[in-house]
Amino acid sequence: MNTPRARCEISFTVNDEHRTVLAFPMERLLDVLRERLGLTGTKEGCGEGECGSCAVLMNGALVNSCLVPVLQAQEAKIVTIEGLGQQCRFPALQQCFLECGGAQCGICTPGMILAAWHLLNQNPQPDLEEIREALAGNLCRCTGYVQIWEAVAEAAVRGNRG
Amino acid sequence: MSVPRKEGLDKVTGRAQYIDDMSLPGTLYGGTVRSSIPRGRIRKVTFLPGIPWDEFVVVTAKDIPGKNCVALIVDDQPCLADGWVNHPEEPVLLLAHADRRLVPQAVQSVKIEYDLLPPLFSIEESERQQEIIWGTDNIFKTYLVEKGNVDEVWAKADFIVEGEYRTGAQEQLYIETNGVMACFDRNRGITVWGSLQCPYYVHKALMKLCALPEDQVRVLQTETGGAFGGKEEYPSMIAGHAALLAMKSGRPVKIVYDRMEDMVATTKRHPSRTRHRTAVTREGKILGGEIEFVIEGGAYATLSSVVLSRGTIHAGGPYFWPSVRIRGKAVATNAPPHGAFRGFGAPQSLFAMERHMDRIAARLGMSAVEIRRRNFLKTGQTTTTAQTIAEPIDLDRLLQRALSLADYEAKKERFRSHNLSSSAKKGIGVAAFLHGAGFTGSGERYLASLVGVEGCADGRVRVLVSSTEFGQGTKTVLCQIAAETLGLSYQDVEIAQPDTEAVPNSGPTVASRTVMVVGKLVQAAALGLRYTLMGAGLLGERHSREEFCQACARYSAEHGRFKSWARYDPPSGIFWDEERYRGEAYAAYAWAVYVAEVTVDLTTYSVTVDDFVALQEVGRVLHPVLARGQITGGVAQGIGYALYEKVLWREGRMLNGQMTNYIMPTSADLPPIRVYFEELGNVHGAFGAKGIGELPIDGPAPAVVNAVGDALGTGFDSLPLLPEDIFQGMSSGAATGADSDAVRGLR
Repeated sequence: MNTPRARCEISFTVNDEHRTVLAFPMERLLDVLRERLGLTGTKEGCGEGECGSCAVLMNGALVNSCLVPVLQAQEAKIVTIEGLGQQCRFPALQQCFLECGGAQCGICTPGMILAAWHLLNQNPQPDLEEIREALAGNLCRCTGYVQIWEAVAEAAVRGNRG
Repeated sequence: MSVPRKEGLDKVTGRAQYIDDMSLPGTLYGGTVRSSIPRGRIRKVTFLPGIPWDEFVVVTAKDIPGKNCVALIVDDQPCLADGWVNHPEEPVLLLAHADRRLVPQAVQSVKIEYDLLPPLFSIEESERQQEIIWGTDNIFKTYLVEKGNVDEVWAKADFIVEGEYRTGAQEQLYIETNGVMACFDRNRGITVWGSLQCPYYVHKALMKLCALPEDQVRVLQTETGGAFGGKEEYPSMIAGHAALLAMKSGRPVKIVYDRMEDMVATTKRHPSRTRHRTAVTREGKILGGEIEFVIEGGAYATLSSVVLSRGTIHAGGPYFWPSVRIRGKAVATNAPPHGAFRGFGAPQSLFAMERHMDRIAARLGMSAVEIRRRNFLKTGQTTTTAQTIAEPIDLDRLLQRALSLADYEAKKERFRSHNLSSSAKKGIGVAAFLHGAGFTGSGERYLASLVGVEGCADGRVRVLVSSTEFGQGTKTVLCQIAAETLGLSYQDVEIAQPDTEAVPNSGPTVASRTVMVVGKLVQAAALGLRYTLMGAGLLGERHSREEFCQACARYSAEHGRFKSWARYDPPSGIFWDEERYRGEAYAAYAWAVYVAEVTVDLTTYSVTVDDFVALQEVGRVLHPVLARGQITGGVAQGIGYALYEKVLWREGRMLNGQMTNYIMPTSADLPPIRVYFEELGNVHGAFGAKGIGELPIDGPAPAVVNAVGDALGTGFDSLPLLPEDIFQGMSSGAATGADSDAVRGLR
């Protein structure tokens, strides 16, 4: 683990706030969010892009922040679970997870909710197959996914109503 | 009623604090140097150059102030290896540094040289005893269950059916890895926060390891991101490591495993081998049989004896055995110790039983449904441990309902004709099973759990238990029970975060005991609070929610916060003979019939589960959303156990310790699992509840594998069943012909 060269200044927007950090260019975005900016809602599950617990939105795309060198986030617009409340087009999404049993132990929940939010933004009326497919990059060991699918479907109904 | 979970809002907004989200000023990060060999003597430890070693805190077995063990049942497992190692990944030495990123590099830079000793890697190698690696015979524990006279049944049998069944290891794969944080203060002793199931297990282990009195060890649970048994005993190990580093350095120490360390070094489900020999009449009645159930425990005793106990008792399934002899045995190998995992031995022995029922049916030319129907336990009959079934359970009706929900008969017919002309073979399989709730036998009596309920100044009440929340809904349901007992609303009740300084020992959060056993105690303690208020003349016999809150506020204004306690009192008529393994093994059983429908693609040999019906009798369902979530989650894990999750071993070490190559089911892999409940009630549980946490992991694997057998006309007797296993089984003839009566040779 030879950390290359010196730290450099990297600026980006997180949850509508402009932030500048001094970081090694190859540091993981995940660590910068959690350790430098205190945004611990983004979780590490595997560190190799398999589980989706560290998912955040970067310029509107769903990414695993454990695979993103912070240099790539230069001037990017990032949304984490902490910022979702402020800009969610589907304000009912988190409420639906709560009511439908979409969260059990809660460790996959932030990433799962961001993946669901990303889906609903692209496809406000997904069917079950589309929901299952869109969440396939986010592992949950507690729920068997059924109640997560129901939460997303319910959020779609409420979001489209409102 | 399905109220929102107590900690739910924090979880969906990302505010919930897990162990790695916690930070204290001056924290050091700990790492563990582990053995790279399965068995041997440590000859030399070298700290290689290139690391600023003077900045590191280093702990070895010599630094342990108390006894070098992870105290549990038998104190045979060292917290740090002292001279000898008995499995790969055994902790040898601890390092800590303020820069988290330096730690893995330092761990790699400690070189250990060994004198190798011959290791044992399988049940058979351990049984042959060519090396003795534990005790005098490599055996951790044996049990013998006997009922009737098995030796007489063989002469009366029309058929004698034999089979051998195997199951592999399974990783719990909670998404939050194991982690703890420890602080040491000369006056206050050790404080540990962690992702864990059993604060008092850790408390007990730390007292012994650190040679500290009860009040100098404090254990607090942080929000726990999944456990499934995987955080039952291992946290005592990792908490010990962090405590030792904190004591030596005088600074807070955090240890959080990365995924690979968690997968290769911590516990998994015990691999097993079960042999059945069964005497059956032409009419399909079981006369009796012999069952040999063996589990591989790894290098140290840990919980293997208890896992073996539950597996042995469940080995006969939900059937009536006039005569039976069950031998259970847990053996040692040079692998990391296997441990607690949801189901705790029952998924292994029930897989064998439910595969064997299909084999018996095939041998008799009877349907898989009919053979089960003819042998179901009925009210008034006795289990293998001679426990009389008192509750009015009707398994035949449960089976009928499950079959009709799954549209079983029609599908069976349809698949038969479909399979003639398609390479995508469809099949449907059944599993019937039971799961005992709470500790086995006298276990609950020994635990003697204590629960408190506190009246607060604002008129609300607070539940005090060491029972932990790790996804199941402990906090929510226990608050619900207290609220319902006192006529309060759910919002009037809160629950303390488990902290050994603040909550009594209500026992470990394991064995599907929380709602049934601890819930019942919460009910009793809550009633005590009401009696106090009534005795003080502040509350009448009938009262409204407002009257209770006012009385509670007034009483605590005068007397301060007040508490009511309830201790476990064994129900009368419960008898257990530990010597002969006879009697009331469990206060209550949950019962279930699961039906799986699969497609096996003969081009890729992959299996898809197309439909899954999970019907169970679990007493009263207290929270339908949480209860259903327990079942769907357990079924998903069970489908993983059957079709995806294969631990590959080399020299006692897990080779595929990554989520990339150890595969669990994703959202795209599972069908919408259909869950149904029957509710008979249960006199032993709070408001009639039984335990349900573990039940749903017992049935999916046999149901799925029976369905694969139905699709291919060839049975498979080992778990897991990955495409390569199906391919290999079909091409080598290792799988057993469904209607062949060949007895499998012993390996």
